[in-house]
Amino acid sequence: MAKQRGAIVVDIERCKGCELCIEACPTSVIRMERKVNGKSYHFAYMENPAECTGCNNCAIVCPDGVISVYRMKVEV
Amino acid sequence: MKKDILLLKGNEAIAEAAIRAGADAYFGYPITPQSEVLEYLMLEKPEERTGMVVLQAESELAAINMVFGAASAGRKVITSSSSPGVSLYQEGISYIAGAELPCVIVNIVRGGPGLGTIQPSQADYFQSTKGGGHGDYHLLVLAPASVQEMADFVKLGFELAFKYRNPVMILSDGLIGQIMEKVELFEQVDRATEFDQSWVTTGKTPDRERNIITSLNLQSVMQEKHNFKLQAKYKKMQSEVRFEEIECEDAEYLMVAYGSSARVCQKTVQLARDKGIKAGLLRPITLYPYPSGKLNEMADRVKGMLSVEMSAGQMVEDVRLAVNGKIPVEHYGRFGGMVHSPREVLEALEEKIVKK
Amino acid sequence: MKMEVQDISKQIIDPKNLVYDRSPLMTDNVLTYCPGCGHGVVHHLMAEVIDEMGIQSETIGVAPVGCSVLAYEFLDVDWLQAPHGRAPAVATGLKRIMPEKYIFTYQGDGDLAAIGTGETIHACNRGEHITIIFINNGIYGMTGGQMAPTTLPGMATSTSPYGRDVSTMGYPIKMTELVAQLPGTYYVTRQAVHKPGNVRKTKKAIQKAFENQKLKKGVSLVEVVSNCNNGWKMTPVKSNTWMEENMFPYYPLGDIKVDGELVK
Repeated sequence: MAKQRGAIVVDIERCKGCELCIEACPTSVIRMERKVNGKSYHFAYMENPAECTGCNNCAIVCPDGVISVYRMKVEV
Repeated sequence: MKKDILLLKGNEAIAEAAIRAGADAYFGYPITPQSEVLEYLMLEKPEERTGMVVLQAESELAAINMVFGAASAGRKVITSSSSPGVSLYQEGISYIAGAELPCVIVNIVRGGPGLGTIQPSQADYFQSTKGGGHGDYHLLVLAPASVQEMADFVKLGFELAFKYRNPVMILSDGLIGQIMEKVELFEQVDRATEFDQSWVTTGKTPDRERNIITSLNLQSVMQEKHNFKLQAKYKKMQSEVRFEEIECEDAEYLMVAYGSSARVCQKTVQLARDKGIKAGLLRPITLYPYPSGKLNEMADRVKGMLSVEMSAGQMVEDVRLAVNGKIPVEHYGRFGGMVHSPREVLEALEEKIVKK
Repeated sequence: MKMEVQDISKQIIDPKNLVYDRSPLMTDNVLTYCPGCGHGVVHHLMAEVIDEMGIQSETIGVAPVGCSVLAYEFLDVDWLQAPHGRAPAVATGLKRIMPEKYIFTYQGDGDLAAIGTGETIHACNRGEHITIIFINNGIYGMTGGQMAPTTLPGMATSTSPYGRDVSTMGYPIKMTELVAQLPGTYYVTRQAVHKPGNVRKTKKAIQKAFENQKLKKGVSLVEVVSNCNNGWKMTPVKSNTWMEENMFPYYPLGDIKVDGELVK
């Protein structure tokens, strides 16, 4: 059976750690990294990549446009 | 219909000249004593004659900002108002000067301060020549003394505005705005300009970077640099100085007057010479840049100077700066909407300069 | 197991699988807005709309005074930066002289609903064929959280520290409803960008507002009720909840005027 699987790439240095992507994610994929970036912001990363469906929600609510979304059909 | 020689009010001459100078747009708001400019334009339908846009704004604030918008497209834009309205223009003028946009602004000055009178005055000299709004900037200021010059200076104003990418002010008053004189009008000029258009905001095309018209620099180092650039431009503008000499060659006493005052003083020169007083008149045509060099040179030849203005004494400060203490410099003028007569000026010349 | 997931992710992250990326019309400049600010979302939407409509070379933006004064740093189109509140007049000048171009203003509530009320109402009343994007966060963000014309009754700001007392400070102004009454407006809507569904609706609204310029039927105005977590002194997430609970009842979302007709 084919399933939509997604993944995000975060532009770490542009992320301001506002956490709006965490709120927007329907499958609780994203968390904030404990480490900080060059501007001292915690930044988003995929904590549960297996749950990502590539729905774009996190990316379109991101005020800084730091999230790129990828999606493909995977056989499971 | 060919209308090369017309009998026009000064204000109408401004309007007709704007169309003929190939202006792309006029934005304005009614105010006495210059409402004829907008009225004439509306009657003439310049949209049909040349494609020029004419729009009555809801306020002077809006009018000057419409000028700002249209000027950013690299088009020839003109507006006119009178003193209280020009005060409202100042915010926009400061932005336009800061952003280095060309445009022509006409001020048909009336008596002030406040709402003042609707009669002629020259009390907006400081505002016009020293900046007017906030920040270090200058307008290039032309002072017509006839209806003919009202028309000619619109064309000249556009040329200078584009040459320097700087707002040009035509500083006139209710007297020249309202009198009717014969005007020989110049031929219709093309709306397109030959000046550099690389900076205009008309839409970013693939062949260039985006253009940004702004007067903002959050980094003070950059703002200072921008100011140095502006100052260098104002220095360059000094070469545009224009003036008229009337009976100056053998003059012992010199009157300095512009616009309407210069017309009055022209008669005073005659009256003085009839009485054996060797008077002359220097008429600054550009008020910024100011003919300081000429006045300084004249100060070596004459015994005293009288700055004659319809104000409490504004231009006299520039005359004194130019003369730098070499000879006595005094001021005379009626103001608040009153116009001095040639005889009043002669009396003042005798009292303040000749007898001293 | 974990290795396997990471391997799959690596497999997915391939240019051929890219489904969302920052609009190419956004410049590389890092947005100067606070973390979580709605301005950024709207910027990206405008960039997407202009890019997708293919009108970059025909579009000129007018930036206001306020937080978005530097909007011209972020969208790769020609821009002017207008004096405070005067953007609709500046846009009028641009549009009148270039009627075929797409002219938009981007303004905050202080700019559009306080100092620029006259310019806004009269540009709307003249039916200028322009697009106005209006960000309403009920506060002056740039200058440090002062009371705005749109500040809610009782809302504390730095110039209404005990809450906005309407008996002395007046009422929040609903500019969007107000201009919808004018015959010169063609499309007037109020949206938000705090949730994915709202973002998608707002994008459609912005697109419609730009497309309407071709019709030459008047002003299209899109208000976006937005957060100011810094000014409101909340986390970004909490500010969005607060906005839903407090701003939306006063500024209800939805179309107010569509195709020249008032809704309802």
